[in-house]
Amino acid sequence: MTATRALFGKAWIWSFAATALVWIVTVLFTGGASSVGLSQAALTFAAFSVIVGIGQMFVITLGPGNIDLSVPANMTLSGTLALKLMDVQDGMILAGLLVSILIGIAIGVCNFALIKLLRIPPIIATLSMSFIVQSTAIWANRGLRIKPPETLASFSTAYTFGIPNVALVALLLSFVAWVLLEKTIYGRWIAAIGQSPFAARMAGIPVDGTRFVTYVLCAVLAAICGYLLASFSGGAALNMGAEYLLMSIAVVVIGGTAVAGGNSNVPGIWGASLFMFLVVSMLNTYGFGAGIRLILTGFIIIAVILAAGGKQATR
Amino acid sequence: MRLSSGTIRMIIPAASLAVLLVAVFYMQPRAMSYTGLNLLFNLAVPIALATIAQMLIMAVNDLDLSMGTFVSFTACVTATFLQSSPALGVLILLGAVAAYALMGIVIYVRQLPSIVVTLGMSFVWGGLAVLMLPSPGGEAPGWARWLMTSKPPYVPMAIVASIVIAVLTHLLVMRSSFGVLIRGVGGNARSVERAGWSVVGVRAAAYGLAGFFGVLSGIALVGLTTAADANIALRYTLLSIAGVILGGGEFVGGRISPIGAVIGALTLTLAGSFLSFMRISPDWQIGAQGAILIVVLALRLLLNRLEKRENNR
Amino acid sequence: MNEAVMREEVVAARGIKVAFGAVKALDGADLVLRAGECVGLVGHNGAGKSTIVNVINGGLSPQEGTVSYGGAAGYHGIAAARASGVRCVFQELSLCPNLTVTENVRVMHGDLKGFGWRRRGLSLVSGQLDEIFPGHRIDCDSTVEDLSIAERQMVEIAISFAACTERPRLVILDEPTSSLDAGLAAQLMTYVRRFVAAGGSVLLISHILGEILSTCDRIVVMKDGKVVADRPATDFDTRRLVETMGSVVREHGFQRTAKEKAREPILSMEARHGSQLGLQAFSGEIIGLAGLGGHGQTEALLDLYLSANSNWWPAREPKMAFVAGDRALNGTFSLWSIRRNLSISSLKALSSRSMVDPALEDGLSDTWKKRIEIRTPDMHNPILSLSGGNQQKVLFARALATTARIVLMDDPMRGVDVGTKQEVYEILRAEAAAGRTFIWYSTEMDEIRLCDRVYVFRDGAIAAELVGDQITEANVLAASFAGGEAA
Repeated sequence: MTATRALFGKAWIWSFAATALVWIVTVLFTGGASSVGLSQAALTFAAFSVIVGIGQMFVITLGPGNIDLSVPANMTLSGTLALKLMDVQDGMILAGLLVSILIGIAIGVCNFALIKLLRIPPIIATLSMSFIVQSTAIWANRGLRIKPPETLASFSTAYTFGIPNVALVALLLSFVAWVLLEKTIYGRWIAAIGQSPFAARMAGIPVDGTRFVTYVLCAVLAAICGYLLASFSGGAALNMGAEYLLMSIAVVVIGGTAVAGGNSNVPGIWGASLFMFLVVSMLNTYGFGAGIRLILTGFIIIAVILAAGGKQATR
Repeated sequence: MRLSSGTIRMIIPAASLAVLLVAVFYMQPRAMSYTGLNLLFNLAVPIALATIAQMLIMAVNDLDLSMGTFVSFTACVTATFLQSSPALGVLILLGAVAAYALMGIVIYVRQLPSIVVTLGMSFVWGGLAVLMLPSPGGEAPGWARWLMTSKPPYVPMAIVASIVIAVLTHLLVMRSSFGVLIRGVGGNARSVERAGWSVVGVRAAAYGLAGFFGVLSGIALVGLTTAADANIALRYTLLSIAGVILGGGEFVGGRISPIGAVIGALTLTLAGSFLSFMRISPDWQIGAQGAILIVVLALRLLLNRLEKRENNR
Repeated sequence: MNEAVMREEVVAARGIKVAFGAVKALDGADLVLRAGECVGLVGHNGAGKSTIVNVINGGLSPQEGTVSYGGAAGYHGIAAARASGVRCVFQELSLCPNLTVTENVRVMHGDLKGFGWRRRGLSLVSGQLDEIFPGHRIDCDSTVEDLSIAERQMVEIAISFAACTERPRLVILDEPTSSLDAGLAAQLMTYVRRFVAAGGSVLLISHILGEILSTCDRIVVMKDGKVVADRPATDFDTRRLVETMGSVVREHGFQRTAKEKAREPILSMEARHGSQLGLQAFSGEIIGLAGLGGHGQTEALLDLYLSANSNWWPAREPKMAFVAGDRALNGTFSLWSIRRNLSISSLKALSSRSMVDPALEDGLSDTWKKRIEIRTPDMHNPILSLSGGNQQKVLFARALATTARIVLMDDPMRGVDVGTKQEVYEILRAEAAAGRTFIWYSTEMDEIRLCDRVYVFRDGAIAAELVGDQITEANVLAASFAGGEAA
């Protein structure tokens, strides 16, 4: 009994419950024929949202006003440059990954430099940064669409024990993120800063240093996601990151992370990502158009934030 | 003479617009004509209106991430309902304004972060727009078309409209006794409340006004483009925020300037043309906008620092 | 019975009791203000001055007692107070910094509207400024944030005295001269006399006793939520005022352990804000920062702390720890358990390779639960499940659990029950004996008496240093109030 109550006390359980419900409804409609295919597709596409969502979650945990809008541009640039460098050679796969990570670090450093040096709110700092990054990506992307190396392409589209490889990567990254958040000093620090930056400073936490690391971490995760997405979809496209701007924020909110900061959870990101994909496929199955889908998504986000309420969290 | 902080805030946007304009004229003397100016600033009118809308939200310390989809939505309404059955169209647009006012109330009463609520609303507006116009189409109402393409003597429509917008909103926000309350809520909501005002009412009014200017922006946009589609104004979210900031506005504290916001919108529009005259490849146009934003913010920080040092002396 | 009693009552608060939790802020206080008099309100920290002001201006409803405006009882609240002509100049400025002076008049006076409001507002406030502060050089079209602090205060005072459609009947001035120079303060006091002579009423709160004595007709002295004296100003002089504010109870001698001063101070802060005195702390000392609240003690502590802690790199050995006074603002992490709140400052010692060891953390929290007696069945409960006093103990434990040699305390005992206080004092003494240094800002006289050395703050600077037997209530009060030294 208490175990059940403890389970339902967790914010993330709701996103999983909703996911299960939507999954069942969709599968029922197709008469059970699609259950495996649907699950695999959901895991694949959720994986990308999960990776960027985790990064965004770390940033949002830092408290009100903290957000990274450079995620889509970052994904595009990292995917583009990595594929260009690898140039279809299998031997360069690791070098490509390294370049992606370096790009992420550079963007994260620049983001925080703008926030700190120009004292501008993160939203406008990361926005200006994303304009520049996007342009760099457009410039780098000119010419032919370069395919990913054979091995990498097949890895990212293949399955292990019936689970998509990208989902396994996302799972691994989620585990690392979970350890960081729940077990390490760093995790304590970001949660403390999110609850009250001033109290955190007075408790001896190096607030600026922690925020810096967090912005870099978020940018690196977005860059890795760009690398994987470009490999998965057979090449980098200029708009490949576009939908992940709102998606990365939406999965954090729906997953039960407090928008006011200080309280975050990794499992919820998975629940929310799967849910977002399944809602789309359910509505597709029932023949609803994109319009209804978008409206529903919007209402879900608003309903979640209304239910979670900002009142007690902002105090 | 000691400059007021308001004046300092206005210097940079005005100067950057002037510098850009001179540079454009220098590189392309033909732009210095009636049609040239009209072409340069044509698209500035809807952007300026959206920037004013965003400014009103920022005046009460919030931020609207749904501005782009909202303008797209109103553009779609204008190109469909407002054109075919005006009464219904007006009703829908009024409903949209009411929805904005309601959003302002909910955000305040439930103490929600405006960023997330407007993020959710951006999906809703986008979905409604797609429902109305799944593919580009519709038709601009004749009067909107006439208004946006009319050719007043001596000064092109785009300039006239920008000046009218700037003056009217300046009167409304900076001069009227009501505008004082909106900015007062941004500056010190507690003392406004202590003086016996209803903060929630003021905020609802600010949001409602923002919705109204968003509607005007959509109408102006359709008047220019003659047709609409669901993604027509997605860029406006970011452009409007950037415009307010460029124009000397700030995210918190009710420090805004309608004239500055219009100038900011003009600057952003002009920056695009300027870069193409510079023969900078279109690849770098967005990047250059980001760079301009950063430079302007850095300049402002520098000016503020200098001013502070001056005061401390 | 003097003549003032016969005059019409503007506001009468009788038998007011207000309690915040266990703390009695007002314990049956009476305050009656009549037309045509200026009343001075004095008292030390926690005497209940601000609370009774809040009751009178409608911001706070008393649990017991009656408030009546103009003799008519029954209605209460901000709107009722404003309608009865009660205006208040708050200690912390309440103008909108982004608006011009004229626009602020509009915010404060709702009936200023319609065509030409700007012109009317301008003439209203500039006329009022001319009247109160002749020769002022404030441009009423400038934004408030461009004004100096003194100018802002002048504007706020002028707006409160200004009559838009109806004249104010009672103006409450809470430390109105705190940022005005002597000349401006004198102008204000002259105006107050004129305003009172014309039938208005003023309640004046000030730490400058000379001002109170020379301006007020009647002086009300408060202590511990009660009015202890309410007599014509002519009955008082500076010495008698300070005495009346002080304790009625005889000071009980407190045994201070005489400490040999180490040669090198463990901490020192240079003199500032024009004071001659700097701050020094030696190992094992308990140093008190006294004076009226808001005179720079918290700022001094924050400066000390922030200069010793990097915002970028984690410290290997924390030099100082900080105990917050305003728990909600800079103390507790409200989403967390008691245990996490306690351990946050000592995580380094509780972890190996940056991973927090739950066993060590439990050990620490259990140790401190016993040592400081945090009353909870389970340290995993949320911090907000504790009473205020126990939350404060957790914050103490957080600081004491670190290896820091210096502990800064920002009036942490505000609103804490007596039992808890005694327990914490014991621990403080033990820790100091073991060589820890405490720098303790306190608004309570009993705590100041516990200290080895006391710095009294006034107007942001150290006004006096008291050592050993010099630490008496009389000496602290005398140094806290300007003009009090003469006593």
